[in-house]
Amino acid sequence: MATSTITGKIFVLPDNIDTDQIIPAQYLNLVPTVPEEYDTLGSYALAGLPEGFPPFVEKGAVKTAYPIIVAGRNFGCGSSREHAPISLGAAGVKAVVAESFARIFFRNCMATGELYPVESSQRLCETLKTGMEVTVDLEANTLTVDATGNSYPLNDLGDAKAVIAGGGLFEYARQSGMI
Amino acid sequence: MGMTITEKILAKSAGRATVAPGDNIWVNADILMTHDVCGPGTIGIFKREFGDTAKVCDPEKIVLTPDHYIFTEDDKCLRNIDACRQFAHEQGLPYFYDPADDTYSGVCHLTLPQKGHCRPGEIMFGTDSHTCTHGAFGEFATGIGNTDAAFIMGTGKLLIKVPATMKFTIRGTLPAYIMAKDVILRIIGDIGVDGATYRTMEFDGEALATLSMDERMTICNMAIEAGAKNGIIAADDVTEKYVKERTNKPYTCFESDADAEFYSKHEYNGEDLEPVVALPHSPDNTAKAAACSDWTINRAYIGSCTGGKITDFIAAAKVLKGRKVAVDTFLVPATVEIQRQLTTETMDGKPLIQIFREAGCIDPAPPSCAACLGGPIDTFGRLNSTEVCISTTNRNFVGRMGSKSASVILASPLTAAASAVTGHITDPRAVME
Repeated sequence: MATSTITGKIFVLPDNIDTDQIIPAQYLNLVPTVPEEYDTLGSYALAGLPEGFPPFVEKGAVKTAYPIIVAGRNFGCGSSREHAPISLGAAGVKAVVAESFARIFFRNCMATGELYPVESSQRLCETLKTGMEVTVDLEANTLTVDATGNSYPLNDLGDAKAVIAGGGLFEYARQSGMI
Repeated sequence: MGMTITEKILAKSAGRATVAPGDNIWVNADILMTHDVCGPGTIGIFKREFGDTAKVCDPEKIVLTPDHYIFTEDDKCLRNIDACRQFAHEQGLPYFYDPADDTYSGVCHLTLPQKGHCRPGEIMFGTDSHTCTHGAFGEFATGIGNTDAAFIMGTGKLLIKVPATMKFTIRGTLPAYIMAKDVILRIIGDIGVDGATYRTMEFDGEALATLSMDERMTICNMAIEAGAKNGIIAADDVTEKYVKERTNKPYTCFESDADAEFYSKHEYNGEDLEPVVALPHSPDNTAKAAACSDWTINRAYIGSCTGGKITDFIAAAKVLKGRKVAVDTFLVPATVEIQRQLTTETMDGKPLIQIFREAGCIDPAPPSCAACLGGPIDTFGRLNSTEVCISTTNRNFVGRMGSKSASVILASPLTAAASAVTGHITDPRAVME
């Protein structure tokens, strides 16, 4: 994922989206390193959301129409299941922009290199609406709404950016001579 | 400047004199635990990255304990257990607790201490967020994902950031109706589900010192529900007695220095605490049990790493002895050892299992994580519809125990049992003399 700009539709979520909502436990029988099960995990991304949300992945599809998620505080809280960032990554999510992240979810994004977990310094989940087209710029650290040009600041990912861009922990460890 | 217990353990493992919060350091893992849900994925990454014939860095450091989806007909779940077994055999892993034979133990977080894998001063990583349970033994223990776990399998090391420590002091004494679950739910209610994110929660105080290891594990187990990286309690005589009965490996006990720097300090008086519940759908949505009697329940569940220990069943039996449950009451001992204790532990001469049967509980299921996290559709106790369940488990997010339409209320075993008797949320003092 060696790109610094991500463009596409956003899917907006509130605070405390936990790993059971991202990938319900009944799908943890799927093993992410088995290629067809990786894809299936993508088809179930955010299947645990309560009623009232539009489908994140359309029935029968494997990929989402929303490559960017905008959320409130504590995104990814709960379980250590790596299936969570993997299901989002497998569905085609490139970045989650949230006010804050749960620790293990953030770490798993970095270790797998599946997607960028980016913190916003403002609360965007009540300003932006699902379906808006935006551009996330990881160099300028901004999220810009394409239609209006309104731009919002993002916190710099720091060291994590290079790890994710490099493809995750193992690639990074090899490049830097750790293994 | 002094250091906290967590900082001392991390510094020792990193081979440094001191560390400070925010430092990124390489530490050596003493134990890596994985199970049937994350084990196959971890093994897949290990083989992909280190090669098909690669050997794990140290078989003595790996504990492989299938526990999540054991008693099911789901073919993928059964395949995953087989994958763990095959890897254990090809690698010659000495600590594989196989569901297919009498080495099976059950829930990883009770298997680890009961089989002697928890030792003060060590570093444990596990592919399960409740690995923080083992901080109860004065060690650094935290949950990680498959990729980090595969890295440790191959190298024995992991790069981690030193967390700042929040200190929670529980003074005085805990009344008989207050359990560790009430203490930790109160704290989570106060600081919120992200109140300790990226940080350590260290617990001490006179009231805490009187708690058994089972109860201390309940407190550290739920540190993750406040977002913490780890929970920790300094090892004392209670810890050492438990550990020495189960392992003869050497260990080191650390305490926080008097001049250690804490991110924040929080104090509670045991006498002031009240039985609490966490209402749907968040562990920080807490309320006094006595104030929630208008909540009707139609199921009770006593089990999991948090609430399926022998002390939890003893507490439930105190309430249920001589009474009848008004709702379906599911019991799942966490491990085989605890399952056995249900028949050997007695109260006024009666085995616990008999007390539960006479109270009208459903016969206990064999040990596993069972319905704590929903699981396959045929899981014992799973909430498949619109049930309202009072549970001794650790999480009550939407859909956590199965159906998205169900509601989960977290409580201590005393409160869960009292509520099972009345059919609504009940402070245990209301049914116990």
